[in-house]
Amino acid sequence: MKKFVDLDHVSLRYGEDGDGTLALEDMSMHVDSGEFVAVVGPSGCGKSTLMKVVTGLWPASAGAVIVNAREVDRPLIFTGMAFQNPTLLPWRTTLDNVMLPLEIVKPHSQKLKRERAMYETKARDLLALVGLKGFEDKFPWQLSGGMQQRASICRALIHEPSLLMLDEPFGALDMFTREELWLALQDIWLARRPTVIFVTHDLREAVFLADRVLVMSARPGRIIANKTVDLPRPRKLSMTYEPYAVGMVQELRDHINDAREAA
Amino acid sequence: MTEIMISPATRPQRRRPFSRNKVFRKVLPWLVVIAIFLFWQMAVTAFKIEEFVLPGPAAIFKAGFQWYGPLLDNAWQTFMTTAIGFLFAILFGLIGGVAIGSSSLMYDGFYPALVGFNTIPKVAVVPILIIWFGIGSVPAIITAFMLSFFPILVNVATGIATVEPEMQDVLRALGASRWQMITKVGLPRSMPYFFASLKVAITVAFVGSIIAETVGSNKGIGNFMLVASSRFEVPLAFAGLLVTSIMGIIMYAIASVIERRMTGWAMRGSGGATFSP
Repeated sequence: MKKFVDLDHVSLRYGEDGDGTLALEDMSMHVDSGEFVAVVGPSGCGKSTLMKVVTGLWPASAGAVIVNAREVDRPLIFTGMAFQNPTLLPWRTTLDNVMLPLEIVKPHSQKLKRERAMYETKARDLLALVGLKGFEDKFPWQLSGGMQQRASICRALIHEPSLLMLDEPFGALDMFTREELWLALQDIWLARRPTVIFVTHDLREAVFLADRVLVMSARPGRIIANKTVDLPRPRKLSMTYEPYAVGMVQELRDHINDAREAA
Repeated sequence: MTEIMISPATRPQRRRPFSRNKVFRKVLPWLVVIAIFLFWQMAVTAFKIEEFVLPGPAAIFKAGFQWYGPLLDNAWQTFMTTAIGFLFAILFGLIGGVAIGSSSLMYDGFYPALVGFNTIPKVAVVPILIIWFGIGSVPAIITAFMLSFFPILVNVATGIATVEPEMQDVLRALGASRWQMITKVGLPRSMPYFFASLKVAITVAFVGSIIAETVGSNKGIGNFMLVASSRFEVPLAFAGLLVTSIMGIIMYAIASVIERRMTGWAMRGSGGATFSP
């Protein structure tokens, strides 16, 4: 497997004159092409900072960030992002929200006018895949929180990004909706195989979704554990209650407790 | 699908109390105005207040009808100068708001100067404008512009500057240009702020043009009132005030209608509260 994301001894300090918060210190990690990696850690450990460094939204203070065999020195333009907050635009319908990236990302933006029907079908299919069929023309405020989050994930996927960055996308949802979306996300990932970096607080979620789980230390963030989840795909929700997954959640929790005590 | 949506249409209907009656709500503002006029007239009659001190509504209407030709003529002049100044304010307010709201460099550089400019009492500027442009419409247009430009600029800038950081990240990670960020997110997002500011701006624009007409002009409602009061025709001066208020209300209503059309998405909360139990 080819390394798609490679962080080599990366540090990041906020602030310009070197006395700001040290958010990441000497962090090394990699994600293979097409791999689903979850990042967990105590709160405030710099998980969201990691997302910004990988996507080039913040430049690293030291070390090398290499994505798709190129050093990252400006924001990457082949990523899809989704956050805990769905950030849909309230003046656009669900369909138009999902199609927003197509208006910006080349080459879609140039073809969008001519091939609108084709792109619209694509967006509708994607919405149907996450269970939003029939809600295409509703506005975000007419949808429940879970439905908004589904739409937000569709928006992250519509332009078929090779790298998907998800920052606690299900963090604000109730357990049942969350589990439903785990399955939907797994289906999408199995169908398209993007490289995924998935930040979460929920260890069961990490074990269910990811090929590999990375545990970060308290700030300044480093990787302190790296666990491969050896469960067959497609996974079922019941698997998370079987001894293997329970044991793994327990082990991850121990790592996080250690990290919190060390802080 | 497990989620349940509650739309206003499916809410259980209850009998509405009289205070929530739609017709009553529509008529209420007129009732208030009529009540004010009646009370005013009664007070003037009861206390035998002289007409050149405070005329009652009856005298004001009478004077207004008697002189309706010059009144409407001057009102039209004031309306035109206000509208032209206001349109310039919209144009420059939007451009300036976008520039200042989307760039922290522009904000830091220009904002203090703009605040300073806005603090200048506009009445004091009118004589200077008259020296530059002479007696006529131009000083009134510029005064209307100066008063109404700032609220528009500040509101548009606020709308654009407060785009959620996550939304900015989403767009930057797609490779959006600054112009795309403004047109796709910043501008539509600032529209509710923009329309809120229009309602403030249109009323102060009238203040601006009338100030200028009062200080130095040979036309317009401001000049009309000045002439009327110098002849002790106080009811006529009040008629001028009344016409100005009516113009202000009409423009405000137009701005509100456009606002509801354009930015209904931002008002679903208040709209729902007003029109349903």
